[in-house]
Amino acid sequence: MPRPIRVLVAKPGLDGHDRGAKVIARALRDAGMEVIYTGLRQTPEMIVNAALQEDVQVIGLSILSGAHNAIVPRVLELLREKEMSEVKVIVGGIVPDEDAEALKQRGVAAVFQPGASLDAIVDFIRSAVPA
Amino acid sequence: MGIETAHDERHRTTSGVAIEPVYGPDELKHFDRQRDLGLPGGFPYTRGIHPDMYRRQLWTMRQFSGFATPDETNRRYHYLLEQGQTGLSVAFDLPTLMGYDADHSLSEGEVGKCGVSISSLEDMEILFRGIPLEDVTVSMTINSPAAVLWAMYLAVAEEQGVGWERLSGTIQNDILKEYIAQKEFIFPPRPSMRLVTDTIEFGVRHAPRFNPVSISGYHIREAGSTAVQELAFTLRDGIEYVDWALERGLAIDEFAPRLSFFFNAHNDFFEEVAKYRAARKIWAYVMRDRYGASAERSRKLRFHAQTAGCSLTWQQPYNNVVRTALQALAAVVGGAQSLHTNSLDEAYALPSEHAVTIALRTQQVLAYESGVTQTPDPLGGSYFLEKLTLETEQAAQRYIERIDGMGGMIAAIEAGFPQREIAAASYRYQREVESGERVIVGVNRFQSGGQPIELLQIDEASARQQSAKLAALRQRRDNGRVSRSLDALRRSAEGRENTMPSILDAVRAYATLGEICDALRGVFGVYQETSHL
Repeated sequence: MPRPIRVLVAKPGLDGHDRGAKVIARALRDAGMEVIYTGLRQTPEMIVNAALQEDVQVIGLSILSGAHNAIVPRVLELLREKEMSEVKVIVGGIVPDEDAEALKQRGVAAVFQPGASLDAIVDFIRSAVPA
Repeated sequence: MGIETAHDERHRTTSGVAIEPVYGPDELKHFDRQRDLGLPGGFPYTRGIHPDMYRRQLWTMRQFSGFATPDETNRRYHYLLEQGQTGLSVAFDLPTLMGYDADHSLSEGEVGKCGVSISSLEDMEILFRGIPLEDVTVSMTINSPAAVLWAMYLAVAEEQGVGWERLSGTIQNDILKEYIAQKEFIFPPRPSMRLVTDTIEFGVRHAPRFNPVSISGYHIREAGSTAVQELAFTLRDGIEYVDWALERGLAIDEFAPRLSFFFNAHNDFFEEVAKYRAARKIWAYVMRDRYGASAERSRKLRFHAQTAGCSLTWQQPYNNVVRTALQALAAVVGGAQSLHTNSLDEAYALPSEHAVTIALRTQQVLAYESGVTQTPDPLGGSYFLEKLTLETEQAAQRYIERIDGMGGMIAAIEAGFPQREIAAASYRYQREVESGERVIVGVNRFQSGGQPIELLQIDEASARQQSAKLAALRQRRDNGRVSRSLDALRRSAEGRENTMPSILDAVRAYATLGEICDALRGVFGVYQETSHL
């Protein structure tokens, strides 16, 4: 039996709109993954520490407030500092196309914009994480 | 019925109420016109709170608006008023909603993004520059730090020479739905409820035309609840505020007329109309029978409606104009007192001036062209709508009784009850979209290529400007007076007196929002929620 994929679903920044994060967390769990949900208002430091402690392969960041350009690069930088660059970072939320491209260039594995299907997210994680 | 389609899963409201193939008098066998309906303007107000409704006065067209700096938002307000908007509605950014100044480290990347950045009385003065507060009613979507922002508003009115007794407007100030749904909370529930009660009491004494709370289902619905849950949790929140105000020693008819409500206008047209009608009816009976309110105005539920932000799609954004128009129609035939229509670009960003103009024009078309304003409750008496109103009411009553049984809304929140109900409903909804059982045009059916639209961009210049202004303010103001006023506020928060007078003193001394909220955090502590997946 292969070890289930472990995912940290995190809600950074001041925004409290957690509907998407919770729906994704449940969907990933239903797809057989082990999901840790951080709860609200996590700083990049808290998120990376949780990822380290929970030994996850994927971090999913849910950001709807427009603060992604401040938050996501900081998470990537901390992962590099802690030599955790193999952890895949995916972003979901209201991220305009140009910003999504820029974030991918900086190392984000995927950006899921509004209307993305749960199956597409599950499939992406399965394909991105080596078995 | 015996026909298979009666139990067809496809024919249900979003709350799961089964819809029969056809409705007739049999569905209303137990319906009592006196008890269930009344006349427009008559108890239990199912048909609306005014006998002549929109013939006398149209709803207030109030577009929720705020972005970047107070200067830029002030310009948008002048534009909207010139375009025929009849009231203002302030959207604050996340640092303001969470009680942090623009230059706080946690505000990085968030200043001016989701609303306007307000850190001090100086910002509030700029926000309302050239806008006569005596003539324009202003609604402010602010919750945890509502007392502070309201004090800033009252101070601006003082500076304009407008007596508080002449001010009309609303602060949202509904902290319970923050714990339930929107999650912009600072302090734990009980001290938060004390602050809300302070504002209700202060309003009764000093600003009797101001609505101190807008009890909100909007955010509950946006978090994924059903229409029934939205209705039930909102009305039960209202009951909680009433209980606290009575406990404070206020008389029901002193404050109940100033409680206002705020509901979502979602896709399921008849269910939404039924929801507004059921809301008025339940509240009228709650006021009369549970609280013995005798003033007619206490028994009338007044509400603002906003079309459903969560129904807007990123794909084919122009379709959002149509969705919004239908949702707005539901709010209007449901008897709303004021309305916000979302802009077509809001799945992407805060609205551009072009998009917000179309949204306002949508309301104007409804008001002046459609003819739906000519008679109150035009759908009243429809077999289907009356049955649905009854079923919606009964389902909401069952939730209200369950929460009563738990010991009230705070106990229910602490047990995670409404949060879990909403999370389950939102997951179910998303699964239905995934399976295609629930059709979203342009998303899971009828897809086509992209339609690029022009978006409002907010850069980091706002954050820099706001921080520079704060630094200058901290130099210029009388810092001795600031720290004395904050000490006095701490003492008042530690005691049992109303905190509004000391919040006002601190605001007038140009203590910042962050400084005032820090003083209160020191006394009240902060709230950490347990997450309910």
